[in-house]
Amino acid sequence: MQTSIAFYLISRLKKAGITPVVAGNKAANTLLVGSDPDRHYLGEVIDLDRAVGLITEKKRDFDRCFVFIHNDAGVSYAATMGAISGAKLYALVYGEHFDEQVKKIDFPCTVIAAKAVHNPLPLRKAIDEVAPWAA
Amino acid sequence: MGCVESMNYEILLRDASFKESRDYIRSNFKESVDVQPGFKIFDVYVIGLPPIAIGLDGDFVIFPYTKPCHGTFLLRVEDREEAARLRLLKK
Repeated sequence: MQTSIAFYLISRLKKAGITPVVAGNKAANTLLVGSDPDRHYLGEVIDLDRAVGLITEKKRDFDRCFVFIHNDAGVSYAATMGAISGAKLYALVYGEHFDEQVKKIDFPCTVIAAKAVHNPLPLRKAIDEVAPWAA
Repeated sequence: MGCVESMNYEILLRDASFKESRDYIRSNFKESVDVQPGFKIFDVYVIGLPPIAIGLDGDFVIFPYTKPCHGTFLLRVEDREEAARLRLLKK
């Protein structure tokens, strides 16, 4: 689910002339890199904790930041990005209990949410309605 | 965050929410300090909703450690220097 939406978002951003950088934990990055071995979609891929460090230390920052959220830890990471980064923040919330996670979001960001568990289309539709690549 | 794995830590809470972690520190430790996300403890950039509570108990530091797939772990680590550094933030 997450991998599918990540590739979709990367595709739309690239078409809009925006260079995406992916930051994930080892498992998420492995899924992405393993699914796109010739790097048709992926560009730079970095470790999530390293990205947090680089942004905190003001060595890097981004214009937009999309955080995938399906659990409490995802909300924590989104709040962290909101606090340390100057990026416009988007919270992509999905999963069986997406509404519970949405209720926890009390910091400034654009929430894009859908009950997408295995089928990515509801979340993709919600992203299309916001069109963050055009913002 | 290789350093955390090599620390002699005790897990006080496992797979907790950030709120449970914060409430646990505030209700179980007389001494705590609030920090912002990205604050560095040992070699860990703390993740969470601000303010993030860090507990202090003698030479022990109690802090949340968030893993994307597993939620937040509340860790208790003995380190006199780090506890002293954190206490200075209160002044």
